[in-house]
Amino acid sequence: MTELARTPLYEWHTENRGRMVDFAGWAMPVQYESIVIEHNATRNEVGLFDISHMGRFRFEGPDVASFLDRLLTRAILPMKPGAIRYGLAANEEGGVRDDVLAYRLSDENGEFFLLVVNAGNREKIFAWIEEQKQQDEQFTLTDMTSDSTMIAVQGPRAVELGDQLCEPKVSSLGYYQGVCGAFGSTKQAAMISRTGYTGEDGFELIVDNRDGLAAWLELFNAGEPLGARAVGLGARDTLRLEAAMPLYGHELGEDISPLEAGLRFAIQLKEREFVGSTAIRSELELGVSRKRIGLTLDGRRAPREGYLVLNESGAEVGVVTSGTFSPTLGHPVAMAYVDAEAAGQTDFQVDIRGRLTPAKAVKLPFYSRGETG
Amino acid sequence: MNQNELLYAESHEWSRLEESDGKIVVIGISAFAVEQLTDIVFVELPEVGKVVGVGEEFGEVESVKAVSSLYSPVAGEVVEVNSNLADQPEALNDDPYDAGWIAKVRLADGATLDHLMDADAYQKQCADEA
Repeated sequence: MTELARTPLYEWHTENRGRMVDFAGWAMPVQYESIVIEHNATRNEVGLFDISHMGRFRFEGPDVASFLDRLLTRAILPMKPGAIRYGLAANEEGGVRDDVLAYRLSDENGEFFLLVVNAGNREKIFAWIEEQKQQDEQFTLTDMTSDSTMIAVQGPRAVELGDQLCEPKVSSLGYYQGVCGAFGSTKQAAMISRTGYTGEDGFELIVDNRDGLAAWLELFNAGEPLGARAVGLGARDTLRLEAAMPLYGHELGEDISPLEAGLRFAIQLKEREFVGSTAIRSELELGVSRKRIGLTLDGRRAPREGYLVLNESGAEVGVVTSGTFSPTLGHPVAMAYVDAEAAGQTDFQVDIRGRLTPAKAVKLPFYSRGETG
Repeated sequence: MNQNELLYAESHEWSRLEESDGKIVVIGISAFAVEQLTDIVFVELPEVGKVVGVGEEFGEVESVKAVSSLYSPVAGEVVEVNSNLADQPEALNDDPYDAGWIAKVRLADGATLDHLMDADAYQKQCADEA
């Protein structure tokens, strides 16, 4: 058995009741005390997440923007300094290798791009990038995952907390903007971005590993009066599910197209060619064969990944990719892929361990925060 | 309830004989199992009157994260269930050994609890699984 990788916060997690699990080869806390308590703290106050397992690649050099533009579904060339974009790395068949965030930032060494990828796809994407790089393209690629600590701070009071500790202030950043600034009393170098994966406002922080624990503790101490809590991967999953954010391996995969996933907004085709663009163009023309939908159910039994979705008359039309009992809404919610013909319907049934349970299709997301953020 | 006096099944149900007549077994799930499941949101209670064998599935416990079957640790007939759990499944999180009891089973003729583990053996199993 291979040893699990540890983040600089590993000891803190274990000393604070973190139940550690293997997540993509990393020992990560699934919960500390209660998924529901941590979930609600993020919805109502502020949650602190160790997300150091996320893959982080740094690119420097004159040809980076054009290189990434050729690899990603989202246009990278027009990105302004400080911009962050959600995009997909597609495969030639138009499936999804990974969903990523691309950042255009600069620090004392000059301009660079940062790509944040899923932990489970880190090696695959790194190898793919190296393979795609042409000999005459000038840039360096560094996997900075193991050298840096990444912390997400999410919730209605997250920006207020960030403003106390970050320079520049988090509130000075627009949504999906980032900056290389300074964090905390020691003014440690930090990448600060107004991003997240919970459906709440907030920010994410990347610091050098030697500053990781100090940053976490400082967030904790300053956050305590605001109701801050450490939040594990269990609540991270229920939060993103309520916000209908797709998760690789569930709603996304090599055999699922971004159009099926409802991610048309993350694809820019106009006057662009990128890996997979031919397949995606043709799919756009011909239409998709299945679509991602959201289902809500009464009662307390939640559909789980792999459960079959049937139409009103009992014919199988799809399959659940994620589901849970929604702590915020108080009823079960699920995302599923169903045949395109069925996708417009409202009434479905889910086979919950042999019991056909009525389910209603609803517009995604299940949860969206108030318009204050 | 002193958890050291309970008997345990490999599938994490606890059992104890009710003192009244020595034939009724009270059944629940262990704190370890509850902790593994995380926040419990739903308990599918066994059916009163159902005759069950050892290890037979007779209900389920669902948490935010996962769902897990309940297996009868003894052979007999379900005579009572804790219907409070329908409205308050979190009682399992808060108090798995008392308020969170799940069902009572009347032992079938000749049925015993001899096959179940004592607290020490069960602790060892949990330590291995953790």
